[in-house]
Amino acid sequence: MTKYIPTAGQTVGPFYNYALMRDGENDLTGGGKASGETVVIEGRVTEGSGAPVRDVLLEIWQANSHGRYNHPADDSDRGLDENFRGFGRTLSDEDGCFRFVTIKPGAVPAEGAGGSSVGESAAGGRTGGGNVWQAPHIAISIFASGLTRRLVTRLYFPGEDANATDPALSGIPEGDRERLIAKPGDGGGEKSIRFDIVLQGEGETPFFEE
Amino acid sequence: MTDDIEYRDYAKGAQPPYLTPNYKSTKVRSPNKPQYKLPRTLTEATGPVFTQDDVPADEWDLSTSATGETALGQLMFMDGVITDEDGRPMANTLIEIWQANAAGRYAHAVDTRDAPLDPNFTGAGRIVTGEDGHYRFKTIRPGAYPVPNYENYWRPPHIHISLFGRSFMSRMITQCYFPGDPLNDECHILQGIPEAVARDRLVMKFDPSVGVNGHALGYRLDLVLRGRRATPMVG
Ligand SMILES: [Fe+2]
Repeated sequence: MTKYIPTAGQTVGPFYNYALMRDGENDLTGGGKASGETVVIEGRVTEGSGAPVRDVLLEIWQANSHGRYNHPADDSDRGLDENFRGFGRTLSDEDGCFRFVTIKPGAVPAEGAGGSSVGESAAGGRTGGGNVWQAPHIAISIFASGLTRRLVTRLYFPGEDANATDPALSGIPEGDRERLIAKPGDGGGEKSIRFDIVLQGEGETPFFEE
Repeated sequence: MTDDIEYRDYAKGAQPPYLTPNYKSTKVRSPNKPQYKLPRTLTEATGPVFTQDDVPADEWDLSTSATGETALGQLMFMDGVITDEDGRPMANTLIEIWQANAAGRYAHAVDTRDAPLDPNFTGAGRIVTGEDGHYRFKTIRPGAYPVPNYENYWRPPHIHISLFGRSFMSRMITQCYFPGDPLNDECHILQGIPEAVARDRLVMKFDPSVGVNGHALGYRLDLVLRGRRATPMVG
């Protein structure tokens, strides 16, 4: 019997951008069409020497403002938004800096299945239907030259009560946990947050097993 | 749930560790700390959905320029099937490839070495698989290229591959290589994978049956993305 073992990863290398990058893919709102609160995410990627890393491929994946993923495995009754796919891509510039424009995702259930929706009355407790709910968050994939395969992390939002009970955050020791919570940004009028990524060393970003 | 899929951890020896000392830049880019366990949630069980309408039909052919000219080099087909860990064909999977030209140069602003560019070759292609999980690209065999910061070290001819699969958990990027090339044994990136059988799975098989007689060589590479049914089918 043939065994099907997942294919090994290999570095994305330095020369991918003409193949993978397309204009506008760092704006998940489709130029403001998606419903929900627009948020600008800015950050910088640095390596162990403290130097910025250019040409890092960053991909984000998230639920819409109702907490619904645009994917068949999310068959909940939380509302779909036809203007929001939930996937974005960008790459860091010469200074290691990157930028996404998206909407703030709603809360989603913690378990793998679709789960029940957040009822009106459950909005505070986030335990509707016996499910644990995750704090609003964005999943991040990181690929770069010098990374043999994908690194995975998550971005959480500042000032969220639900951060205290989020199952993924709770698995990270205090002191490290805060590094996954974005800082308020300096984007003026728009809602703006800052999420720096340190690949190695002092202030290293917590990463998750793939 | 339409389909209850289980995502097991990657087998360690079948994937390259982040720190691979012979591959120098991993020394400052690999995390020092071990990775935390991530609960498997709806976030990981979902991911961007693609359909065949997302990609123009002519992007499977890298060997023909926009004006219909043929790229320089050895014409070849790269052909295979993408499956999950149950061997089930992976439909609606976006596969993106990119590569150097026949002289070993990328059509990329950062690649400034003195090998010629080919005006008829950009070296990027995309397709989305159909129900049978099959993919097929027409391209030219890429050249080897030297890597700065090493002493007389060349990357073996290779093609970069980006794959999405059915969820965030199956997202991966890899490279594939050509059978019998002596540079494969010297490659810090390929040799960074601990298990020989896992390295071999990234080496394409020469297979005339997927080539075209008198026109182009054929190489075969099957790819397996993570994920399997949580409950095996009985019988
Ligand atoms: Fe390459």
